[in-house]
Amino acid sequence: MEWLISIAIGVMTAAGVFLTLRARTFPVVLGLTLLAYAVNVFLFTMGRLNTGLPAVINDAQTQYADPLPQALVLTAIVIAFGMTAFLIVLALKARSELGNDHVDGVHLAKDEKSLGQTVPPKKATKSAGGEL
Amino acid sequence: MLLETFMPVLLPLVSAILVLLARSGGLGLQRIISLLAVLILIIVNLNAMQIAVQLPPQVYALGNWIAPFGIVMVLDELSATLVLLTSVLALAALWYAVRQKIDGKGAHFHVLFHLQLFGLNGAFMTGDVFNLFVFFEVLLLASYGLLLHGGGRLKTRAGLHYVALNLVGSTLFLFAVGALYGILGTLNLADMAFKITQLSPEDQGVVASAGLMLLLVFGIKAAMFPLYLWLPQAYANTSAPVAALFAIMTKVGLYAIIRIHGTLFSDQAGELANIHIPWVLWLGLVTLLLAALGAMASRNLREQVAYLVLASVATLLIGIGINSVSAMSATIFYMLHSTLIAGAMFLIADWIRQGRGDVQDQFIRAHAMPNAILVGSLFMIGAIAMTGLPPLSGFIGKLLILSSALTHPDFFWILGVILVSSLLLIISMARSGSLLFYNVLPKEECHTVDGKEVCETPKTMPLNGAVSVIGLLSAAIILVVFANPIHQFTDSVANQIFDSKTYQQQVLEVNMIANPLKELVE
Repeated sequence: MEWLISIAIGVMTAAGVFLTLRARTFPVVLGLTLLAYAVNVFLFTMGRLNTGLPAVINDAQTQYADPLPQALVLTAIVIAFGMTAFLIVLALKARSELGNDHVDGVHLAKDEKSLGQTVPPKKATKSAGGEL
Repeated sequence: MLLETFMPVLLPLVSAILVLLARSGGLGLQRIISLLAVLILIIVNLNAMQIAVQLPPQVYALGNWIAPFGIVMVLDELSATLVLLTSVLALAALWYAVRQKIDGKGAHFHVLFHLQLFGLNGAFMTGDVFNLFVFFEVLLLASYGLLLHGGGRLKTRAGLHYVALNLVGSTLFLFAVGALYGILGTLNLADMAFKITQLSPEDQGVVASAGLMLLLVFGIKAAMFPLYLWLPQAYANTSAPVAALFAIMTKVGLYAIIRIHGTLFSDQAGELANIHIPWVLWLGLVTLLLAALGAMASRNLREQVAYLVLASVATLLIGIGINSVSAMSATIFYMLHSTLIAGAMFLIADWIRQGRGDVQDQFIRAHAMPNAILVGSLFMIGAIAMTGLPPLSGFIGKLLILSSALTHPDFFWILGVILVSSLLLIISMARSGSLLFYNVLPKEECHTVDGKEVCETPKTMPLNGAVSVIGLLSAAIILVVFANPIHQFTDSVANQIFDSKTYQQQVLEVNMIANPLKELVE
């Protein structure tokens, strides 16, 4: 069972890293979600893999499952869920404000100006796609 | 006594909720509550500081679960210093935001601000590694909100990068914490440090790699080379008070390196002792050089100030990397200085941006701004302090770090890089100062269009929030005038950091609080 789980974690992490490095926001969100899945499984296995053991200790039981990783995974799931929700909303906002779903958005001359390129100072012109 | 240990964390959470509830009362009520809450927080933190100085590290066991089973909050001199520093910076940033009406540009500025303080203070005080992760997430989520507050194309773009990068960082954090738990079987920092001393040789590799993975995570937060590329854009494009508050955000990463790595991989850790130190030192040196070059190449003032923040972080990394009590003392001193002055510089840059009309704060020759003499003088004071010229506090901080580096085997490199990069920073600040204030076009003559007078630069500029700027800049003078007592204090902080034995004892031997109402419960 160990090798199965470790392969699953490895494949998910690799896929997550690959997708996170993509240039469009949706694959990045998917990649981060996959990374979060991988780390959740990883945290879970850190309590060691065993079956049929209770998490609550009583006197009759000699062995028990480690309850702490389960608590950690729960916390991590909740946090990752919230963060993913935030990231999706931010990606949508970026889609509407930056003009497309590239992580760097559309390149506008206006941005370069406010970043300080040596263009003569003049009134801001309304360029297409800039005022969405 | 115990409550006071926990108050710096609890208070911002309560005030965030109060500010949220006061929403129906309008922005005015929210502002009053928010400012009052930060003032109270400063008083509470002063009190906490007094306790931390007089007593050994104070421990508060959440829910009365004793360490290592429960989560503990630890108040020692380092954490007390940082929460106090945070609240002072927060007051200045908040006052500026209120005076400039930046808090009204979007919803929930004050709520996010207090949640940010909650996350920061929690991260500074927790004694549990997983709890540190949770507080990191709290402060990050609040910082995402603050970073994007007010909206705008460039904010969104910088924010997207910042969020994605920090999410990767959080994932790595969990991998590292999971691996450490898998080997050590505990998450309490003091207990982990104890378990590492008894580690069997075959497990050392896993713990070392998990430890270095944690360094990577904190490196993202602290903006260590090669993970600093998010910082200049994020800091340059957000609103001024948020950027000023974010001057403390990079210090969270540094604090975590001092606390987690300093405790886990202390001199008692056997084979694993100080595994992080060479990385911190050399990456710090590279970061400093690149930050200086970045400041030279910046195209606007806010970006340049962001690179100055990066340079101060790098200097602090070098101070940690020298790894001695005197260097740590110098690091704490420089941290106090650089956080407050960087906050002031972001606020001054915002004034300059407002005063120059359309060209904003970019380095282009433009018409003279109103109040140029006052703003220019303040800019000069800030620049002198930031680049480390005498007579202000940056000079003393850098001098302390340099003098502690003299006994280090690689002192040649440390001195060389710090001095060369200081020179580059001085040149770049002198250049931008003269461009902004001396080499200007004559005062603009406004022209009339359709019967209305149109000017490109504003005729007058109300310097709202001057109290914040002057207050923060006065730190540069206070730190010099009281340099001796402050340095003695940072010495004692540094001694406590290196005395991880006492820290462990205090945390692991904390007793349960007896319940006076036990009979009632039973």
